[in-house]
Amino acid sequence: MSESSQSVVRVIRCIVCPTGCEIQAKKDLTGKITFEGYTCNRGLEYAEQEFYEPKRILTTTMRVENGFLPLIPVRCDKPILKDKLKDVLNEIAKAKVKAPIKMGDILIKDVIGSGANIIASRDLPNL
Amino acid sequence: MKSYKSDVVVIGAGAAGMAAAIEVKKAKLEVLIIERDQELGGITLQCIHNGFGLKEFQEELTGPEYAQRFINQVYEMKIPFLLETMVIEITKDRKIYAVNNKEGLIEVNAKSIILAMGCREKTRGAINIPGFRPAGIYTAGQAQRFVNIEGYLPGNTYVILGSGDIGMIMARRLTWEGCKVKAVVEILPYVSGLIRNQVQCLEDYEIPLITNYTVTKIHGKDRVKGVTISKVDRNFDRIIGSDKFFECDTLLLSVGLIPENELTLQAGAELSKNGGPLIDNNLETTIEGIFACGNVLQVHDLVDLVSAEAKRAGENAVSYVKERYGKETKRKGKIECIPGENVNYVKPDIINKEDLSKDIIFTLRVNFPDRRVLIQLKDEENNIIYNRKKVYVIPSEMIELNINLEKNGINPEFKSLTIEVIPRPEVLIEED
Repeated sequence: MSESSQSVVRVIRCIVCPTGCEIQAKKDLTGKITFEGYTCNRGLEYAEQEFYEPKRILTTTMRVENGFLPLIPVRCDKPILKDKLKDVLNEIAKAKVKAPIKMGDILIKDVIGSGANIIASRDLPNL
Repeated sequence: MKSYKSDVVVIGAGAAGMAAAIEVKKAKLEVLIIERDQELGGITLQCIHNGFGLKEFQEELTGPEYAQRFINQVYEMKIPFLLETMVIEITKDRKIYAVNNKEGLIEVNAKSIILAMGCREKTRGAINIPGFRPAGIYTAGQAQRFVNIEGYLPGNTYVILGSGDIGMIMARRLTWEGCKVKAVVEILPYVSGLIRNQVQCLEDYEIPLITNYTVTKIHGKDRVKGVTISKVDRNFDRIIGSDKFFECDTLLLSVGLIPENELTLQAGAELSKNGGPLIDNNLETTIEGIFACGNVLQVHDLVDLVSAEAKRAGENAVSYVKERYGKETKRKGKIECIPGENVNYVKPDIINKEDLSKDIIFTLRVNFPDRRVLIQLKDEENNIIYNRKKVYVIPSEMIELNINLEKNGINPEFKSLTIEVIPRPEVLIEED
C-alpha cells in the first residue's frame, strides 16, 4: 500500500515508559485503523486502548462529616471512561460521608452506572 | 525536662521514617519515631493521585494508601512515636532536643539516629522573581495541602511555573475542582516531569505547556492580578520583546525541591553537591551513628525507592548499634565517588574500603536528557570498571545501579572513582 492511501488520524504519545514513543493511528481508504511508531507490545496495547476507549483512574476528595479532617481522599476501584470523569466528579462533589472511615470502604457504589465504586484511600478517625 | 532513651531514634514519620523504623523494630532493637505533624504518613498523605507502590507492593496505589500500609505496620508492631513534636537540635553525641505542647522541652538519648525529615519546596525567594509581594503566590505542594487535606482552594485562575510532576498534577487537580489553569510555564526546553503526567494532566485538559519561558513579573499589589512571562535564551536570560501577559489570581511554583538540612547541619554533618548530607555506602553521614534516607538525603521521584533506601538505613543503624556503638573500630580508608560527564550528583559520596566486597547501590541524576548512552565507572587511571547501556536518560529520572566493585576488579589502593554518562559510540553500519 502506498503512503498516500493512509492518513494519520491521531498521534498518541505513549506513557507506558519514559521513552515516550509517538504512536500514529493511521486510517487507510477502507477505514481500517493501524498503529505505527510503537516499539513494544505494551505500547501497542496502550495506543489501542487510548484510541478506541480512553480510560482514567480518578482520584479526588470527598467531604467528611465529624471527621479528624474535613476531607477524605478517594479513588475509583476501576478505570473510568475519560469522557465520564466530569459526571463522576460532580457526583462525588454532592456526596458527604460520615467518619470513622476505613481504607477501602465503598463510599459510592457503581458511581453513575460506570461499574466502578468510589472507595476511601485511607483510614479517617472521627473527631 | 523529660528524658527518653532509645537504641535508634528516627526523625520524621513519612515514607522514609516509617520504613526505617519498621526495619529497626524487626531486628528487635528499641526505636522511637519523632514527627512534627499531627499524624503519621508524611507528604504522601496529600499526594492523593495514583502511581505509588508498583515496586514496593506490585500494585498501583494512591499516596494515602501507600502511607496507610506503613502506618498500619507501625501500629501492628507497636512502634512508639511522638506526634506534634518538633526536633529543634541534634548534637554530635546523638542527643536530640525536641518540643511539644504536652511535655515542653524533651531530651532523647539515642545510640543511633536516622534522619528522615524529607525535603522542602523552593519558594519565590529561591528563584528571585521580581515584583510586588501580593497574596496568591504559593508553592505547588502548599496548594496541594490546602486542596487535598484542608479543603480550601487557594484561588480561581492559575499560572503554574515549573513542569515538575507536582505542578502538572496540581494543574489537573485544580481543573477537576472547577478552577482555570491558564498555562504551565517551564524555563527548560523540555518538560521536567513524567510524560505520563504531561499527557494525563495537561494534554487531557488542553492546558498549554509553554517551554523556554519563565515568569518575569508578578502583577497586583494586594492580590495577584496576573503574571508576565518571557522567553529565555540558553543562559536563561530574558529575551527582550518576548513578554506575554496572563491574567490570573494565583501563581503556583513547582520549581524544585531541596533536602531539609537544618538538623543535619546542626549535628555538624557535612553536605555534598546534591544539597543533602554527604554519606558513605551505608547511608551514614560524616557524624558517626547518624544515618540519612529518603528525600532528606536526595530528592527521589518514586516513593518506592524512598522506602527501599530507608530499609537499608534501618538495617545499617541496627548493625551500627550492635557492632560499632561504643567501640573503637579501625577503618581501612575511603574511595571518593566523583560525578563526571553529564552526572549532576552521585550517591554514595564515599565508599568504605572494608565494604568493597559488598554490592553497593549507586544513585545518580544526569544534567541533561540524552539517548543511547553508556553509564560508566572509571578508576583513577581511567580504566573502565563497569558500564551499562541505557536507551534514554533524563534529569527527572533517578538512575539506580547495583555494583559489586570487588567483582568488577577495582584496585583497592585507589582513592577515587568517576561516574559518567556518555553517548554510546555509534557502530557504523556498512551499506551493501
